[in-house]
Amino acid sequence: MSPRISILNGRLIDPANGRDAVTDLHIAGGQVLALGPRPEGFTPERTLDASALVVCPGFVDLSVRCREPGDEQKATIASETRAAAASGVTTLCCPPDTQPVVDTPAVAQLIRQIGERHGLARTLPIGAITQGLKGRSITEMAALKEAGCPALGQADRPIRDTQVHRRALEYAATFDLPVFLPALDAELAEGGCAHEGVVSTRLGLPGIPEAAETVAVARSLALAEQTGARIHFRGLSTARGVAMLSEAQRRGVRASGDVSMHQLFLTDDDLECFNAHCHLIPPLRTRADREALRRAVAAGSLGAVCSDHQPHDPDAKLAPFPETAPGISALETLLPLALRLVEEGVMDLKGVIERLTRGPAEVLGLQTGRLTPHRPADVCVFDPTAEWTLSEQSLLSHGRNTPFLGTRMRGQVRWTLLGGAVVFER
Amino acid sequence: MIPKSQESSQLDAQGNLKHFLTIEGLSRELLVEILDKAEGFVGVARQAVKKVPLCRGKVIANLFFETSTRTRTTFELAAKRLSADVLNLNISTSATAKGETLLDTLRNLEAMHVDMFVVRHASSGTAHFMARHANPHVSIVNAGDGRHSHPTQAMLDMFTIRRHKGDFSSLSVAIVGDIMHSRVARSQMLALKTLGVPDVRIIAPRTLMPARIEEAFGVRVYHDLTEGIRDADVVIMLRIQRERMNSALLPSEHEYFHLYGLTEARLTAARPDVTVMHPGPINRGIEMDSQVADGERSVILEQVSNGIAVRMAVMSMCIGTQNLRAQSIGESHA
Repeated sequence: MSPRISILNGRLIDPANGRDAVTDLHIAGGQVLALGPRPEGFTPERTLDASALVVCPGFVDLSVRCREPGDEQKATIASETRAAAASGVTTLCCPPDTQPVVDTPAVAQLIRQIGERHGLARTLPIGAITQGLKGRSITEMAALKEAGCPALGQADRPIRDTQVHRRALEYAATFDLPVFLPALDAELAEGGCAHEGVVSTRLGLPGIPEAAETVAVARSLALAEQTGARIHFRGLSTARGVAMLSEAQRRGVRASGDVSMHQLFLTDDDLECFNAHCHLIPPLRTRADREALRRAVAAGSLGAVCSDHQPHDPDAKLAPFPETAPGISALETLLPLALRLVEEGVMDLKGVIERLTRGPAEVLGLQTGRLTPHRPADVCVFDPTAEWTLSEQSLLSHGRNTPFLGTRMRGQVRWTLLGGAVVFER
Repeated sequence: MIPKSQESSQLDAQGNLKHFLTIEGLSRELLVEILDKAEGFVGVARQAVKKVPLCRGKVIANLFFETSTRTRTTFELAAKRLSADVLNLNISTSATAKGETLLDTLRNLEAMHVDMFVVRHASSGTAHFMARHANPHVSIVNAGDGRHSHPTQAMLDMFTIRRHKGDFSSLSVAIVGDIMHSRVARSQMLALKTLGVPDVRIIAPRTLMPARIEEAFGVRVYHDLTEGIRDADVVIMLRIQRERMNSALLPSEHEYFHLYGLTEARLTAARPDVTVMHPGPINRGIEMDSQVADGERSVILEQVSNGIAVRMAVMSMCIGTQNLRAQSIGESHA
């Protein structure tokens, strides 16, 4: 049984409940008991002094690759949920591109069970929407939902056949399951490894045009409108793609979107000298795109920001740029980069926390990401001013692949509570 | 906001050439130094003993992951004329075919005390990658990486242009063909701009033109051949891969030659003393007709000979930098 805990004197920010005030949080039986004064008769077994710290709901991350099952040489659920706990993330969604693919209830249950056994974060598998992620036949979606998948998706694999795409959305809508879709047209992106523009032209890197995103967004929006399915664009990267999403949202299409945190900071200029740590799919785009993504996050048309955590073994990055595996080990920079958005005036602290808690929880249709009495106490307590330097030694994730190594960071998690139990403290 | 990636700089702290990876970032003075040095090596081929001892006792490995005849042969001849020992590794039939990684191949050859690697590879950025991971006393010379860079080819073209035109500062140079996939064109554009050519034009259909190229290289874009070569002093034709034909990029050889093939009639638009170049191998009847290829304004075979002198210059400069470094380490240990 988890202990009775009081977190005292913190600045409690809970966007879902509209709270931002210095107050106390009391926890018992794994749940939030009360906010404010200590309830009568409540005696905490442990008190955490959160003076000058921020207390908020644990973060909900829509895309964290744990690489298990199948790629345990890169990372495991144990290693990555440990990194998640140290980063304040209490709920994480695992894309279905494991080996085997999450296209059967057995694999979904396996991921949940391993996550539960380690008990460091809620590990939610995203079920595949097509068998083997091949884009040809649909999966047993009802069974996947039953097995604990809050949403379905294709990871970054395409559904080339528009008819299959349509039917998959229709079938998913039968069970009101949200569908995560990559915003990348497979043919237009084929062979590309960098944004098609000045930088890719100079470096001679095969480009991925902006239209690879806009074409895919247009197609999926049209099908969502036709079928009434709830779709979510995982990882938008262009100004035009985001503009198309906001326009559709205004018309009432059930579409949402997120952005990977590093897309709000890096651009294709960072590819100079063939820095393989900046090899991403979708690729890093231009400064103008980055500014538009920031505005969309601030305005809320992008309701969630995720880490898009992709840990790799060192060999995956030891090759000429186009041959390296794309992706960043990103869990442990999620909070400091979020705080940098505040520092750079993109949005206020409450707004940023909303994009990491309530926003992604709403995409999943979950009641998590909030500090409501009688709901599970998933809490992150962080020091917004603590300064540190990201290094290979400081990383808990098995993936050391991040372009931010050596960068000064501000903001550090002090305690993470999952279901009322302290799963990380520093 | 991220730390600048440990730039695999091709220059040492004193500004000497350590690797030769790309034209980008090199000064005009350094490019001129390469050309001047190459000029000095032209005579070596006419000596009774075609050798100078500048790289004696050095081992140079030709590491070609893509097939090549001309480039590999001229690198080999250049190394031999510098008195180096030369290893030729045809990798497509060797280790990597057995699954060895690029880095393992590099490490194994380093263990055999190779001093310089001449590398050709299908992926852009390979030479930078190898330079970043090579031992500090090893030099990497880029013999072509993906679509990115082929700097010795560009320098031999600059050498050829200088021999014919004398001076770069008032030239109009047109580059025609598959700019998109061409590492040669990218290196030529950089070299021409660095050497002060005021008017660099590129000519291709839109499918073979990379995005935002004007901005990327400071060149002028044309889609019409006659208009593009008007009053040009130099016309450089690029090789077009046959697999581009009958694809989504180009409809046919016939239409390509009709629009972009260089003929005597078309060439009248250029200056009367125009110089016609091609990095080879030529597809006769596609990029140009035989009359032009074999005509008096063509310097295509001379480019090949010049390639040896220019490659000697680059290799001897890199080895020279290594020797300086070895000396200074020796002195600091003394």
